[in-house]
Amino acid sequence: MANLTINGKALTLDVEPDTPLLWAIRENAGLTGTKYGCGIAQCGACTVHMDSVATRSCGISVAEAEGKTITTIEGLASGDALHKVQKAWIAQDVPQCGYCQSGMIMAVAALLNEKPKPTDADIDEAITNICRCGTFQQVREAIHTIASA
Amino acid sequence: MNKHVSPKMNRRAFVIGAATAGAGLAIGLDLPFGGPAVVRAADGSPEVNAWVVVRPDDTVVIRIARSEMGQGSLTGLAQLVAEELECDWTKVTTEYPTPGQSVARKRVWGDFSTGGSRGIRSSQDYVRKGGATARVMLIEAAANEWKVPASECTVAKGVITHKASGKTTTYGKVAEAAAKLTPPADVKLKDPKDWTIAGKGLLRLDTADKTTGKMLYGIDVKLPGMLNAAIKDCPVFGGKLKSYDEAKIAGMKGVKKVVKVGDTAVAVVADTWWHAKTALDALPIVWDEGENAKVSSESIAKWLAEGLDDSQPAYVGNKNGDVKAAIAGAAKKVEAVYNYPYQNHATMEPMNATALYTADKCEVWCGTQNGEAAFAATLEASGLPADKCDVHKVMPGGGFGRRGQTDYVRQAVLIAKEMPGTPIKLVWSREEDMAHGRYHPITQCKMTGAFDANNNLVGLHYRLSGQSILFSLRPEALQNGMDPAAFQGVAQSGEAAFGYSVPNLLVEHAMRNPHVPPGFWRGVNVNHNAIYMECFMDELAHSVGQDPLEFRRKLMGNHPKHLAVLNAVAEKIGWTTPAPKGVYRGIAQVMGYGSYVAGAAEISVTDNSKIKVHRIVASTDPGYVVNPAQVERQIAGSFVYGLSALFYGGCTVKDGKIEQTNFDTYNSMRINEMPKVESVMVPSGGFWGGVGEPTIGVAAPAVLNAYFAATGKRIRSVPLRDQNITFA
Repeated sequence: MANLTINGKALTLDVEPDTPLLWAIRENAGLTGTKYGCGIAQCGACTVHMDSVATRSCGISVAEAEGKTITTIEGLASGDALHKVQKAWIAQDVPQCGYCQSGMIMAVAALLNEKPKPTDADIDEAITNICRCGTFQQVREAIHTIASA
Repeated sequence: MNKHVSPKMNRRAFVIGAATAGAGLAIGLDLPFGGPAVVRAADGSPEVNAWVVVRPDDTVVIRIARSEMGQGSLTGLAQLVAEELECDWTKVTTEYPTPGQSVARKRVWGDFSTGGSRGIRSSQDYVRKGGATARVMLIEAAANEWKVPASECTVAKGVITHKASGKTTTYGKVAEAAAKLTPPADVKLKDPKDWTIAGKGLLRLDTADKTTGKMLYGIDVKLPGMLNAAIKDCPVFGGKLKSYDEAKIAGMKGVKKVVKVGDTAVAVVADTWWHAKTALDALPIVWDEGENAKVSSESIAKWLAEGLDDSQPAYVGNKNGDVKAAIAGAAKKVEAVYNYPYQNHATMEPMNATALYTADKCEVWCGTQNGEAAFAATLEASGLPADKCDVHKVMPGGGFGRRGQTDYVRQAVLIAKEMPGTPIKLVWSREEDMAHGRYHPITQCKMTGAFDANNNLVGLHYRLSGQSILFSLRPEALQNGMDPAAFQGVAQSGEAAFGYSVPNLLVEHAMRNPHVPPGFWRGVNVNHNAIYMECFMDELAHSVGQDPLEFRRKLMGNHPKHLAVLNAVAEKIGWTTPAPKGVYRGIAQVMGYGSYVAGAAEISVTDNSKIKVHRIVASTDPGYVVNPAQVERQIAGSFVYGLSALFYGGCTVKDGKIEQTNFDTYNSMRINEMPKVESVMVPSGGFWGGVGEPTIGVAAPAVLNAYFAATGKRIRSVPLRDQNITFA
């Protein structure tokens, strides 16, 4: 059993403490927006916010996540109002296949939370997610659009 | 040692062919044929024809047979239908018919396969006719109601108007009547110059759910009572499963069943995938690895190198003049040997499929690039006939050619068959995905150029040695043993024609098929052929002290479309003006998938080993551009895919297995390594080319040629990872 706070809800999940947070989110909490890409914290498809910090959920256990505030892609919007990153992603048609974009959006939201006007160097350092479709150009442009709004 | 892969019977062709005997009516236009039985969508709305359903609220549902996998052709195809239909684009939505429905209706939606950059170019004609036919019928229905000639009615954005009487109506109001009319025998399509919906960089139709986590990918499928499966197939291709010790994992949490899958794999079925995977990792498995366990990258390289020798048999793909005489009589001769490795598609979403098998039905939910192939695999694995099976396509997290294969569908059905009535979701781990790809074929190439005394290129011998994709995957497409696709980009004519005229030319392929299964990897044979040819063109130019662009131009007089994209790139990057200090340029061109593409890169190099790519310019002539915003993204994405392969890709073989296991050993470019791609579209019209793949071909040679300009060192082996060259 693990007690996790995900998207503002306190959940008691029937998982072993060493279960990766990713799989507890996907299979026990039923929130499949957070994606499995590598399982070794390389690709970033599983990025969530843990206490507002972009975190690769495949690489930490539920035991480590207990007591933390976890936000997944499903919890990024405020009710019906999409987060500014989601809005920019739609307006600028960022995703291609979209599979990496939950993680990409969560990583970008965390960056903008910390640095509302990131430079290209800031983006290069903070956004290390893999996108095999190659949406990097649109990702960068969308971040700058949000920052200059 | 290196075992040839045996050609297999093409099950897809057989199953689909048998299911569609008697078909032959115009695709998508054979219904409803004016009969009293209107064909209805699931919600009861009438089909005007198979491509167009109009709901009473004026929503237009456009049916899409090809698969969306990120490349944007779902939106592009909808634009083409909507353009001819003259409907309101803001009221357009899309729907996938299932392959089972299509086969039951004599393949009314035609080919589902989405590869070879064919999504739009191979179906544009009949989907546009689908839109145009529906428009004519909808107008006719309104005219009938008003008892006026249809020729007096006009339509704009789904609103039909009879100007003389001032009457108006909408598509939604007349769709029911239109569905009962006889379709026109022939319709005239618009001149693309008059397009208002197609040809525009409209936003994609499928973006919103990709930003909220709602988009359903195969890995997200949930069905009542569903269990999850993890699988391991024999890591040596061609090997078999010998035994496993089920007792060792019997008590592990959540485990429901251990299933032998075919002769080669074992799967653990559990309540959650994490439990299944954990138990599978703990399961002792003994493999019968067989003879292929003796194969290594070194043994493959040696075997391929032998194929470069003229004494070995080879298929001739392109020939004119007498190259051997030209080389023998050359004033100057240049020779080089290049190689290109196996590559894994590494789609972000690992392979997966969900299957539900009962005694009289089998259904599959999966991301696939070929719904009909997945359907055929379902029939074959389940043993059930076509009317008892179906495949529900969901969004694939990347395809790049990998999801044109159906191995994962077959596995899911075989597992589900062992647990009738229980839906089984099979998900591969990333490690399984790396171990069981359908890899970019491995090749080597020896090229010899011959110059006369005036430094004119008078002979070119291009000798490939290596793997054939068609031999393994579509043996019926071989021509007297030759794989015509092996010559993509260096072919005599057709959709991947060579862009240079050399008086004495010989292009040949010594086919050698190692045991590692090849596949259609985005760009396919264009990728290595473009590296070999375009880097060697650069070598030839430098060997006679000529500018690489000017050297090419002299050979391209008979290839104006190839030349036009090359010129467009040269102009945009400013080839004739000096690059910034410390920055060097490379250029390349190729034709593939019916389109002409060129690319140029500006790079700087530190210590001969750290490359910074400052700028990329790319040009493409695909004939027509249906959505320039999406074409731009495909061009930029092609550079990410192509340069990831150049810098980081490459799968090596040890003891018959692929050595790379995950993104730590098979890396992919990140945002900090990728400059903006400046794309120049020069659609010249009159033909339809593809855009998803051809540009990948020019990505690597543009950078490699710039590397030579910067360092004077020629790189003839991919990936750069293995030469300790990386991004700065």
